[in-house]
Amino acid sequence: MAPLDSKPSIPNPVTPAFTTTPRDDTVIVNIGPSHPATHGTVQIIAELSGERVLRTDVHCGYLHRGFEKECEAHTWHNLIPYVDRLNYVSAFINDFAYCDAVEKLMGIEITPRCRYLRTLLSEYSRLVDHITCIAAGLMELGAMTAFLYLVMVRDYMYEHIADLTGARLTYTYGRIGGLARDLPDGWLGRLAEILDKYEEFVGRVHGLMDRNRIFIDRMRDVGTISTADALSYGYTGPILRSTGCPRDLRKDTPYLAYSELDFVVPVGIRGDNYDRYYVRMVEMDESVHMMRQLMEMLPDGPISVVDHRCVFPEKHLVYTEIESLINHFKLVMDGPQVPAGDAYSAHESPNGELGFYVVSTGAGTPYKVHVRAPSFVHMGGVHKMLDGYQLADIVPTFGSVNMIGGECDR
Amino acid sequence: MADTVLERLEKHLAPAVTSIADSLGMPVVTLPAAALAGVVRTLRDELGFDLFLDVTAVDWQGQPERFELVYHFYSTRDYARVRLKTRVTEADPTIDSLTPLYGCAGYMERECHDMYGIVFRGNADLRPILLYEGFIGHPLRKDYAKEQEQPLVPYRK
Amino acid sequence: MAGPTIPIHPAQKSGAFEYLTTKKDELVGWARKFSLFPYPFVTACCAMEFMAVSSSPYDTDRFGAALPRFSPRQADLLMVVGTVTHKQAPILLKVYEQMCEPKWVMAFGVCATSGGFYRNYAAVQGIDRIIPVDVYVPGCPPRPEMVIDGIMQLQDKIARSQHLIVTDKF
Repeated sequence: MAPLDSKPSIPNPVTPAFTTTPRDDTVIVNIGPSHPATHGTVQIIAELSGERVLRTDVHCGYLHRGFEKECEAHTWHNLIPYVDRLNYVSAFINDFAYCDAVEKLMGIEITPRCRYLRTLLSEYSRLVDHITCIAAGLMELGAMTAFLYLVMVRDYMYEHIADLTGARLTYTYGRIGGLARDLPDGWLGRLAEILDKYEEFVGRVHGLMDRNRIFIDRMRDVGTISTADALSYGYTGPILRSTGCPRDLRKDTPYLAYSELDFVVPVGIRGDNYDRYYVRMVEMDESVHMMRQLMEMLPDGPISVVDHRCVFPEKHLVYTEIESLINHFKLVMDGPQVPAGDAYSAHESPNGELGFYVVSTGAGTPYKVHVRAPSFVHMGGVHKMLDGYQLADIVPTFGSVNMIGGECDR
Repeated sequence: MADTVLERLEKHLAPAVTSIADSLGMPVVTLPAAALAGVVRTLRDELGFDLFLDVTAVDWQGQPERFELVYHFYSTRDYARVRLKTRVTEADPTIDSLTPLYGCAGYMERECHDMYGIVFRGNADLRPILLYEGFIGHPLRKDYAKEQEQPLVPYRK
Repeated sequence: MAGPTIPIHPAQKSGAFEYLTTKKDELVGWARKFSLFPYPFVTACCAMEFMAVSSSPYDTDRFGAALPRFSPRQADLLMVVGTVTHKQAPILLKVYEQMCEPKWVMAFGVCATSGGFYRNYAAVQGIDRIIPVDVYVPGCPPRPEMVIDGIMQLQDKIARSQHLIVTDKF
């Protein structure tokens, strides 16, 4: 039997910021990284005085999968599956933000149909992400019914997207210069049905949660952050909007087809957990409103631009013409030759500003692909929302921050 | 809008920086590493760039000043962006930290240190964030082999 | 290739003992396979499919494997869901060692099975380099039907295996 103070046989991968407490009556507790309520792999080392959290040390990085290093070893097209798995709950937005950065560098302007379709699918992804965040958050508070309702409607959406892309979760649907394939017949009709079903389910969740005494007691004035703190710690997206600051890239610097849509940007009042929940609920309704407008506005036309530098030629041409064959071969083996330079493109993801900074030296593989991941930046400031509150408040606060591990650790 | 942003950048920053240009619609300011803290303070206080988005590095292996540090800022007042670029050498990859100016600089600089080995002077906490204790080397440098694993737990069979 | 062969001894057992142990194994196997308590060691994207497979319409409650137990002392099925990185590997080993016998491991998703398409310094190329695995469910992420197939195969494996509960022969 090894003595108690000997070195443990399994090494510890992190050093905490504090191991001893200045006071006698406080205790240091390790929460995570394998924990039901940390949404993946995050470790919070907290100093507690009774049930009150005095200070926290948040450790992420347990899901660091070497995304940037992988990108440097693949062609511009082949790394789209890696990009998908960053914010894996809203995979379309990652695809389109990355393709937008590369298209900017290549000087490509996408077709109108592609623009509207990308906007529609981005809003669809935003819907799925907010549903997942709210479902998981409510389940952790004990509201199992709301979780099951929301996961049911999310399942309809997954099957529907699988009709379009072939996959339920990580789609690899965006291409440089366009999209992988066009909509199948009847897809938009089924989308209208799903949006109606969504409204029915979310109406039930509103009825269960919004004025629920227990819910309000647990979420109101918990995890509060001020606008000045939020801006200093780099918060964007629903968390910044819940503090009262109406910043949204879709309205401020419109991209894709957002300038033609009619929608409002919901803003909270106190920057606490309840506001974040409600901002997300209203954003979901706004997304549905936008999707209904886009379904009417979708023009006909080609999905991808005709640009031999990055878009594959038609299959029947590849089999008959030598130029198309060579073009296809070069695109697969060497990758699209992106002109040298660098570009930064930011989209409004459900967590905030998702930016891609790509550096090219003119080859078919990137020199560097860097993701400005909102979840990672938010982790830097989450201690502001945890310190001073109760231990049991860590769970809903962390749920409302919506840290997605793939995006945080890349 | 981008023109006036460029003009304002030139007016306020011109003596301290090497060049101010436009790259695909974004103003890019190139400056020497020593001038970073002062320029960023001007950006935040006088030009309204209150959101510090990102700091990352590019490894130009073989060049005398090997690491190029790239900073992105956003102004919630004018909806404008700006990119700052500076260079540090491999022998002394040190640069001022932005933690006194922005709270989010802490984590992002830790990541840059992990991946490239850039030392941020003034950031008290440069522990590994994406990597783990006991990891030797900086993986995103071009001379680190992609598949070189450093397991913490010994493998079975 | 001619070397000493291993001698085969006929079984020195009586028929009654054999019958008893087989019936005991069947009973214990039936009980264990229909009351799996999974420990969802959740890391990455496969978590979304895990959430989908545990709730309606793909329900793991039909197989008795619905109630997750977030303490390794109380769980018997370790479902490793998602990529395990080298930073996470000590935690996985610790959790596995804290579980009591009998325990089974399911590698959920292709990242847990073999590292997925992350062949680099950060990802463990398959959790079977660290802990023994009973069922592999590939897919990125696997469809819920595949996960249910994996659970059913694990149940067959539990039903067929020997359950030594009192001594090392019974």
